[in-house]
Amino acid sequence: MKPAAFNYAKPTSVGEALGLLAKHDGDAKVLAGGQSLIPTLNMRLSTPSLLIDINGIGDLSGISVMGGEVRIGALTRHVEIENSSKIAKHVPLLALAMPSIAHPAIRNRGTIGGSIAMADPAAELPACLCALDSEIEITGPAGVRGVAAKDFFKSLYETDAGENEILTAIKIPKIAKGYRSAFDELARRHGDYAMCGVVAHGKCDGDIISDFRLVFFAVGGTPVIATDAMDAMEGMAVNDESIIAAQKALDNDLETFSDLHCSATLRMHYAKVLTKRVLTSLVKP
Amino acid sequence: MPELKSMIKDHILDRPNSYIGRSVPRPNAKRLLAGRGTFTDDINLPRQTHVAFLRSTYAHAEIVSIDVSAAKESPGVVAVVTGIEMAKICSPWVGVLSHLEGLKSAPQHALAVKKASWQGEPVVAIVANSRAQAEDAIELIDIEWKELPAVTDMETALDENTPLIHPELGDNLSWQRDFDGGDVDAAFAKADNVIEETYISNRHTGVCLEARGIVADYNPGEDELTIYHSTQTPHMMQSLFAKHLDIEEHKVRVICKDVGGSYGIKVHSYPDEYATVALAYMLKRPVKFTADRLESFTTDIHARDHIIKTKVAVSNQGEIQAFEIDDLTGIGPYSVYPRTSGIEANQVVNLTGGQYTNLNYRARARVVLQNKTPMCQYRAVGHPILTMITEGMVDDAARKIGMDPVEIRRKNLIPDDAYPCKSPTGLPFENLSHHESLEKLVKMLDYDALRKDQSKARKKGIYRGIGVATFIEVTNPGPAFYGVGGASISAQDGATMRLDAKGNVIIETGVTEQGQGAEAVVAQCAASALGVTMDKIKVITGDTDITPYGGGTWGSRAAGIGGEAAVQAGKALRDNIVEVASIMLQCDPSTLDIRDNNIVDVSDGNERMPLSEIGRVCYYRPDTLPKDYQSELVVTRHYVPKKFPFAFTNGVQGCYLEVDINTGFIKFKKYAVVEDCGTVINPMLVDEQVRGGVIQGLGGALYEECLYSPEGQFLNGTMADYLVPMAVEMPDIEVGHVESPTLDSELGAKGAGEAGTGGAPATVMNAINDALYPLGGKVTAQPFTPERILAAIGAI
Ligand SMILES: Cc1cc2nc3c(=O)[nH]c(=O)nc-3n(C[C@H](O)[C@H](O)[C@H](O)COP(=O)(O)OP(=O)(O)OC[C@H]3O[C@@H](n4cnc5c(N)ncnc54)[C@H](O)[C@@H]3O)c2cc1C
Repeated sequence: MKPAAFNYAKPTSVGEALGLLAKHDGDAKVLAGGQSLIPTLNMRLSTPSLLIDINGIGDLSGISVMGGEVRIGALTRHVEIENSSKIAKHVPLLALAMPSIAHPAIRNRGTIGGSIAMADPAAELPACLCALDSEIEITGPAGVRGVAAKDFFKSLYETDAGENEILTAIKIPKIAKGYRSAFDELARRHGDYAMCGVVAHGKCDGDIISDFRLVFFAVGGTPVIATDAMDAMEGMAVNDESIIAAQKALDNDLETFSDLHCSATLRMHYAKVLTKRVLTSLVKP
Repeated sequence: MPELKSMIKDHILDRPNSYIGRSVPRPNAKRLLAGRGTFTDDINLPRQTHVAFLRSTYAHAEIVSIDVSAAKESPGVVAVVTGIEMAKICSPWVGVLSHLEGLKSAPQHALAVKKASWQGEPVVAIVANSRAQAEDAIELIDIEWKELPAVTDMETALDENTPLIHPELGDNLSWQRDFDGGDVDAAFAKADNVIEETYISNRHTGVCLEARGIVADYNPGEDELTIYHSTQTPHMMQSLFAKHLDIEEHKVRVICKDVGGSYGIKVHSYPDEYATVALAYMLKRPVKFTADRLESFTTDIHARDHIIKTKVAVSNQGEIQAFEIDDLTGIGPYSVYPRTSGIEANQVVNLTGGQYTNLNYRARARVVLQNKTPMCQYRAVGHPILTMITEGMVDDAARKIGMDPVEIRRKNLIPDDAYPCKSPTGLPFENLSHHESLEKLVKMLDYDALRKDQSKARKKGIYRGIGVATFIEVTNPGPAFYGVGGASISAQDGATMRLDAKGNVIIETGVTEQGQGAEAVVAQCAASALGVTMDKIKVITGDTDITPYGGGTWGSRAAGIGGEAAVQAGKALRDNIVEVASIMLQCDPSTLDIRDNNIVDVSDGNERMPLSEIGRVCYYRPDTLPKDYQSELVVTRHYVPKKFPFAFTNGVQGCYLEVDINTGFIKFKKYAVVEDCGTVINPMLVDEQVRGGVIQGLGGALYEECLYSPEGQFLNGTMADYLVPMAVEMPDIEVGHVESPTLDSELGAKGAGEAGTGGAPATVMNAINDALYPLGGKVTAQPFTPERILAAIGAI
């Protein structure tokens, strides 16, 4: 379990990093927190000729509030998001999700950009970003562009980002008045990637919810936006009846799969159990 | 007990200022916490090379050809060695022992010669200046395989149309043992109730924080091999390396520095380790091998892959009238050398139902070969399985007749005043405390209150369960375990104790330390027997050139056997020192003693002189002693249990847990253990052994499983996919003690290292099934995953 030999560069600007990426066209890898990349190198699942360590690029990191949105630099560590009062106030969903992402040691190094770029189907953050109408800022040879989170995750480990581009920031709208978020997941052990997870977000008026989002993770190749279930709940009061309708709709929304830790049937069962839980917690003050 | 104490002069349990029974902190903990441990991979020798292995990617395949020419040219490569070349200097072995009659296995090589029999078996060794370079070169080896059908399912391994793994053996049956005691047929015929079940114990492994590692160095000038090895058994390994490389034993020195966990994984010999030593011998250069995590998963021994059919007879009044079991276990392609892979099944046959008065007992165990990683002894060998089936059967019986699980145990456990007596299979029990332990557990759990809480919760649709499991455990093994079968494994252990000139004490002992505190326990025993403080003592373990020849640490033997040897050495050294003191002080030696590093008067404890004065005189000024007197400040004493083949211990575990019937997740609400290991030398260490053991047992019961495809491909060889128990999900564990010392030794200590592991799976299974009972569900296959729990109650 030793990586194949590689070269190492530590640029100090995004421009310099982009130059290196272009020069090695497809044969270089960006190194952020290293929590996912280094194991794949050690197992020789990936053998890039160059690692471009972006940890020296100062302005890639940090959380700022600008107008109606919160901007999180791609190199911001999970732990900073977890402890940020700005996040707790303006993006409570992220604050809810953070403790379920791996373990403290990993959150100390892992970055939001790495998590999004990696696009693990069981990761929490991609689903959160999809539920919150976030935008992913990508910088490439042609300049800076923004992609809506729901368009960014293409298929299993595939994203809209090109090989020679770098994620530079995530932009999330501040939570609006009357809106609430809920998060839940089931993992065998705390900190594991979930067998099934869900985020819910919407406007809550008593127990009536509207502008409702229900996004699952760990049930497909990308975050799955459960549109039928969302439609079923739109403008409805959360009660036994509507919960059952939403759960039923999931049969259409989700195409679950089996892996070592969870069968497709169990995943679907969990999706329904979790739907009830998040709906209930959304309207319960 | 009082009789023996009064018979033995200065009985160890009567010593003033004794450390026995005190939670003395481990002297080596500070060093390890400071990051100053020396694990095998920390050893780096001049001119050292690294070996990596090309391992079989198939579960079963013939080697058609191997082309290593490109690999040999790869940068940094020192040597590339195939099985045929390796076999010229390292002879093969066969993992059988004569007391497991009929056990058979095939010759196994350090590197596969004609074919590979499991995915992960080492095939070609590549030695290079760095491990990374060796791994680079592996990719350049061109090896042509002819895939053979893999035997993976143990239930069909013996079928006629299943291919043979080793055709020369005639079948895939490595061993079978049958036992029939009492009158089983009659008991079943007249029984009020007969309950049958099938229990499944899953294949899992002991995950050591420090992977296996070895650094071997051959010095041609002295024709000597020095081997740094992460092992539990330095002398056993010395003997094996010497034998298979055909070198005299005293020319092989095995040094075992810090070991980062072992759990039985490091008590066996491994092909890649023989290969590493042979390569050092071949190349006359140090060679290092450190297993990586994937290698650990596919080559460390696995354990506990069993399917057991059970049958229990019980009267309507709750009297257990017969047990019958049929155990099938798959052990991989070879019986592991030198302890064999028959022991686990043998324990299941020997010990099932052993805590109960019932003598009608029939057992069959079949041990079959498979193309999976070899299986062998792992912490609490066999006990987690046999306790699961015993206590599963007892709960099956209780449920059937509507009796409380504690009550049925009260009725059937061997009475505390019935000792000595024998198990149904004829094993002698010296002195156990099932009833006292059970009653203590009932109190610790507040059992009746839990039952009330359980029924209240049920009314609210919350499903909680109480699980109780009693157990017996084999510890302090004598030669009956391995020696009588022909294995070069020392049953006895020694301690050499030396008083130095400044009054400090060095102890060398044959038992070893892998993180459990064996060195601390030896120091406590020695300090108490001699009369010195812990800070005066240094314990040396793990060096075949230095320590007394011994068995190492396994089978819960270090404290009971190594501790007793230290007690006896301490007493003998005290006699010698007191003798010198009596000459110097011109008094009768019986009036003197050693306390707190000083010679004192027995009568009033008055200090006469410090031990450093004895050292000064004996070493620097022996001219002041009588001319006809020679002082002896070094002594060695040995110990092996003689009156009993093993010291049986007993205990009981109980837990209270809640099953979420929507998710199948369980949550512990309470966990308690009462354990009787005889004399408790260090309560803190015993408690931590029990706790760690319980967690390891819960790991197997709830999370850990070596998953294979039908073709024998290992599916979960990473720490992300092989789930070990982690702190958040684990219960707080309360530990209580009953002390029934063994009279086989003066110290009276039995083993404590495996009790937690042995009893935990049964406890949690019984609790889950107690919770699921109103829903008509029952789980019998480990690990008890959420998926299995939900399936049991028909929720998915
Ligand atoms: C034991 C363990 C458990 C985990 N559990 C969870 C979990 O439960 N939930 C979860 O969400 N995550 C989990 N993770 C993943 C972790 O949270 C990290 O977020 C993740 O590893 C990626 O972040 P990183 O900064 O370490 O990225 P790296 O490992 O450095 O990079 C990952 C990939 O992203 C690319 N990349 C990184 N940054 C950029 C960028 N700015 N632009 C373009 N490409 C980039 C890299 O080239 C690489 O391909 C776990 C990790 C471990 C080791």
